[in-house]
Amino acid sequence: MKHFIGFVKKEFHHIFRDRRTLVILFGMPVVQMLLFGYIITTEVKDARIAILDHSNDETTLKIIDKLGSSGYFFITKYLNNEQEIEDCFRKGEVKEVVVFEPDFGKKLHKEKSASVHLIADASDANSANLVVNYTGAIINDFLAKENSSAVLPMQIISEPRMLYNPELKGVYMFVPGTMAMILVLICALLTSVSIVREKELGTMEVLLVSPLKPTQIVFGKVTPYIFLSFVNVITILLLSQFVFGLPVQGSIALLLAESLLFITLALSLGILISSSTSSQQMAMFGSMLGLMLPTILLSGFIFPIDNMPGWIQWICYINPTTYFIIILKNIMLKGLGFMSVWKETACMAGITIFLLVVSIKKFKVRLK
Amino acid sequence: MRTLLFILQKEFTQIRRNRMMLPIIFVVPLVQLLILVNAANMEMKHIKICIVDNDLSSSSRLLTGKFSNSKFFTVTGNTFNMEDATRQVENGRAEMILNIPSGFERTLVRENKSNIQMLFNAINGTVAGISNAYASQILAAGNREIISRWYGVTKMQDGAGAINVIPSFWYNPDMNYKIFMVPAILVLLVTIIGMMLAALNIVREKEMGNIEQINVTPIRKIHFIIGKLLPFWIIALVMLAFGLLLGKIIYDIPIVGNLGLLFAVAGIYLLAMQGFGLMVSNSAATQQQAMFAIFFFILIFIMMSGIFTPTDSMPQWAQIINYANPVAYFMRIIRMILLKGSGFSDILRDFIILSCYSIAVITVAVFRYRKVS
Repeated sequence: MKHFIGFVKKEFHHIFRDRRTLVILFGMPVVQMLLFGYIITTEVKDARIAILDHSNDETTLKIIDKLGSSGYFFITKYLNNEQEIEDCFRKGEVKEVVVFEPDFGKKLHKEKSASVHLIADASDANSANLVVNYTGAIINDFLAKENSSAVLPMQIISEPRMLYNPELKGVYMFVPGTMAMILVLICALLTSVSIVREKELGTMEVLLVSPLKPTQIVFGKVTPYIFLSFVNVITILLLSQFVFGLPVQGSIALLLAESLLFITLALSLGILISSSTSSQQMAMFGSMLGLMLPTILLSGFIFPIDNMPGWIQWICYINPTTYFIIILKNIMLKGLGFMSVWKETACMAGITIFLLVVSIKKFKVRLK
Repeated sequence: MRTLLFILQKEFTQIRRNRMMLPIIFVVPLVQLLILVNAANMEMKHIKICIVDNDLSSSSRLLTGKFSNSKFFTVTGNTFNMEDATRQVENGRAEMILNIPSGFERTLVRENKSNIQMLFNAINGTVAGISNAYASQILAAGNREIISRWYGVTKMQDGAGAINVIPSFWYNPDMNYKIFMVPAILVLLVTIIGMMLAALNIVREKEMGNIEQINVTPIRKIHFIIGKLLPFWIIALVMLAFGLLLGKIIYDIPIVGNLGLLFAVAGIYLLAMQGFGLMVSNSAATQQQAMFAIFFFILIFIMMSGIFTPTDSMPQWAQIINYANPVAYFMRIIRMILLKGSGFSDILRDFIILSCYSIAVITVAVFRYRKVS
């Protein structure tokens, strides 16, 4: 035990001496939270559009005014003819061009029908879709206000209610994802690199001939990282509470316990990676590809799993981060208790045990 | 010149001998293209909806029928009490609830209006917003049908007129969501290989202690740097070509613009990123430090570049920061060239800024590199 404590102390020294990595380690969650909280939004805001108004009457001016003041759009250009449309798309100046047909207002009042053409730059299909939907909604809203004098029979009025996140803030979905990402990064990536480093620099031999048992070496390596990642979990929770006003709805103790389970899982992944690679570069690329990519993309962090094709959904459900993110959402945002997450917890525990057994078995005591 | 050739030969031999290199060059693009492109999809289909219909009238049946026939929604549950439905949302079996109260049709007929409650799981605000838009469209269509059922078609035309909104989607009429991600993946590939591998390679020489041996040779600083950067510059461009080929084969992405222009821009962009890589390797002592520093900056650069989300929607200060973000330029240009066929004159402004930027970064990086430890 004394050997072990000494070894852990040595590891802490290693980590704390490396100031640059330390700064990044603790800076990373802060920067990421701010990044995701403020910058990454999939909503439409100030989308640049251009207007081609063949009619130029009172009605079209009213509609243009409504579009411009809606907050969704920023009218950057007024075009004069159809040829200019292609040109401003190719320069990437606008996302959408709104084209009013000639005599728009007259037709609307006399013939009761007029056309407006929304041409969107669909090279970005996601936002083209949103922009067109929003424009259509604003135009319809305009029409409804104009028509409000004519009483329509049998109106169905929908009352939408947004559960858990009434203001539709982006940060709600990024907090769980960022937490998972940081934990994977620190636990799996750092651990694997730090073990492989000993191999690559040849100091592993020294450790193996020391009186420490192989399991003690492994546990000694991972203990400091458990501590580090816990500090980061708490940083993230504090940030989300005080900067983004997103308190933990459920039990904090349960949240921390689940985090601990996930940390163990990520650490055993790290050990597994380190025992199957021999150079730091290999370990890094392995972790990047095998861990970071799935953590960001295949976990429901940014993109909803339900939208993905079937075979990718299967990968998502093998990915432990998926379960962790569900658990975090249920506890942090929905305020549910353990009964709602026991299945996910069981899945995570199962994966952890499997990985621990495999990685300890694979850890080589002898050198080649 | 001869020295430089020998150094390049040495570097290429080392890269070739590295067992890890081949998989990175050929497997990584394939995996990224297959997984990332399919996963990065905001197209909402099959939104899971739980229906609480306490009215069970012909009108409410018409509405619920419209939901179950829609391709946007999949009905995962029918129940008569809200607690049940709420539980479904809590455990993730449903994403939204449509609640039709009893007496819905009677109120509709007697008072000319009636309320329907829709509840969304709004943790992902965007998804909730889109679901709400789709659901409202369906309700509006259902409403029209109900009116024409009671009054006949004529009543509908009594209003003050209708505006036909005709959308058309240029460059991508099928709304293929995948072609937007393919160029982005190519940017990722080029960046990671060109910058990260090159920087790690230099730091590795430091960590292993080989750099001192190189420092005492007559190799000049500029030769050493070119020898380290050029191979990865070439590999990155080869990977860009390979990635384009894969994108064409797997996803049939349109390659509308001029490929020569694309490679010219990629070459210039790589200079800037390699300059950053060189700066990081100057100040890092171990591969671990270098990797973390690069990872940190690349993540910020890439997330801010508009890879997943449009840069227009970012706050003003973020857009200003983006002027100093080389990835944002390349991300924008590659999509414009590949998908819209923008020519040199269209990207002229970005091209000039990116060129100046690259030259500045690489000059500073080379200047700051010291041959002494």
